[in-house]
Amino acid sequence: MPLFVARRLLLAILFIFAVSSAALLLTRLAPGDITQQLGPFAHPDEVARERARFDLDRSIPAQWGLWAWRAARFDFGQSYLYNRPVRGLVRRAAANTAVLAVTAIALATLVGIPLGILTGTRRGALTALVRGASLICLSLPPLLTSLLLVFVAARTGWLPPGGMTSVDAVGVSWSAWVLDVARHLPLPALALAMPLAATFERLQSQAVSEAVREPFVLAAAARGVPPRQLVVRHAWRASLRSICAVYGLAIGALLSGSFIVEYIAAWPGLGRLMYEALRARDIYLVAGCAAMGGCFMAFGSVVADLLLAAADPRLRERSFQ
Amino acid sequence: MRRAGQLLLALVLLVSAGAPWLAPNPPDKTFPDLLYAPPTRVHLPEADAPGLHFHSLRLVSRLERRFEEDRNQPVRLQWFTNGRLVSTDQAAGGPESPPLLLLGADPYGRDIFARLLYGARTSLALAVVATLAAVLLGAIIGSAAGYLGGTADDLISRTSDFVLVLPATYVVLALRSVMPLVLPAETMFLLLSAIFAFVGWPIVARGVRGIVASERERDYVAAGRAIGAGPWRLIVRHLLPAAGGHLRTQATLLLPAFILAEATLSYVGLGFPDTIPTWGTMLQEASSAALIGESPWMLAPAGAIFLVVLAVNLLVQGAGRAPVQLEP
Repeated sequence: MPLFVARRLLLAILFIFAVSSAALLLTRLAPGDITQQLGPFAHPDEVARERARFDLDRSIPAQWGLWAWRAARFDFGQSYLYNRPVRGLVRRAAANTAVLAVTAIALATLVGIPLGILTGTRRGALTALVRGASLICLSLPPLLTSLLLVFVAARTGWLPPGGMTSVDAVGVSWSAWVLDVARHLPLPALALAMPLAATFERLQSQAVSEAVREPFVLAAAARGVPPRQLVVRHAWRASLRSICAVYGLAIGALLSGSFIVEYIAAWPGLGRLMYEALRARDIYLVAGCAAMGGCFMAFGSVVADLLLAAADPRLRERSFQ
Repeated sequence: MRRAGQLLLALVLLVSAGAPWLAPNPPDKTFPDLLYAPPTRVHLPEADAPGLHFHSLRLVSRLERRFEEDRNQPVRLQWFTNGRLVSTDQAAGGPESPPLLLLGADPYGRDIFARLLYGARTSLALAVVATLAAVLLGAIIGSAAGYLGGTADDLISRTSDFVLVLPATYVVLALRSVMPLVLPAETMFLLLSAIFAFVGWPIVARGVRGIVASERERDYVAAGRAIGAGPWRLIVRHLLPAAGGHLRTQATLLLPAFILAEATLSYVGLGFPDTIPTWGTMLQEASSAALIGESPWMLAPAGAIFLVVLAVNLLVQGAGRAPVQLEP
């Protein structure tokens, strides 16, 4: 077990390092740099000073080495755009994205899994209805759901169409702030959750309908286990394995989808920050965002492994030794 | 289900191919008095107005984007004139008759329906080219890995796994945004298809590698080798056909993903210049909540994207395969 954890941890750190290094090198190799932000009439001295401030006057390997050495001590450099340390910026943006992603994944799970069990084990009008709805949601990627929800919000005024807090929510009490965020959260969370819930529904439906045909379910039925228990205790538990494997992928899909949702719904998350940083060539901010994204991915795959191990005792025996 | 998907996809392709004939107006023509105009309401024949007709819109307030129907002069639709299926009379010399705007007008007063049809050409062409490139690249690299085995296989598999693990949106975003912001349309087309192909190939290659690696142990490959077939011939003539089903499925799945990727990039201002109608650049014009609320017809390209993704989902689900991964 400790060896397993240590190996996973080492791999995760390597992965995060590779991703952020790639982002750093890509930004450095791109035409143009931070000093474009100074405009075409900037004084050459000023340009040189800014370039020196972000180590752009050094060679690429030297800058990379310097950055890696500092990053090892949790100093991720300064952001040009915000004129602040990257660490704080990325931490706040990541927290916002995490709130969004966790809400979306919880919503999708609560809706998708039970409906999947329903459509996987029963036939009838309700199943047909759910299947139709799920097919439509599956065909609405986050770009479309967020535009649709913004339209609904703008027309009905039920929800604020964008942002994480209201414009006038400055210096309010903590509880008022939380309430304000909670009012802004449903739109982007729903936009992310709709296609995800449909994906969960489809996968759960397939997995359960396969599990119901297993001989051990037949055996349980022969022992006189009532149908409801048969589905929940026997078939569903066996089907969990394929669902758990998807959760790790879902984190990646959520991160991917969250970019456009954050952009459209003006949610100040990691995706927006990364986009701003990339466009401005804010080199250390790009690397910092990529590192945080890598952390999310690594976390997702560890969670998926743990869930898998929890769902399937056979796997636990094998991989934890 | 499968048939419905095929029909829908064929319809979208046909409509985009017939854009010059189907669109009532040229896509770049601006109607200065019809900025943000709502969709034209076509009326059935009445006593004083024969044939399908509509009432022209008169601008009441430019600031409030308010229009009024001019009920006195019904405009009759002209079928099969001026080389278009349906249009309004545009006789040379005379005063121009009001345009038929089936899906309203955009902020520059251009026909959204016409732009949607012409935009489909660019969006679909890009997606098709990128898909072909990704499948070709994936087939070559995947079969090389599967056929050669050993170190080459390890190297290729590791690389493709690394690209696969990353969230595709960010890879595309990062690769696109490190290129110059403004590019001519042709260069942008090539650049975007190259980026999409780069993100797409590992998905194809992984499956091809598995299929080729297991197929090359089969007797027919040994037989082929015995009669003197070289590796190239073995791969192209004998091993790749075994992966045909996989290649077709992946191509079907990549197509909508790439359409979506173009729309996403253009929406955030990293795609085509806004003079080129594509589904993405059209959506970009609907980029504020107030605008979306007031002029929802500007979301028409979103509807078109939905139809394409729906068609592919119907196709794939009808064939009993896994649902579309929603990652562009």
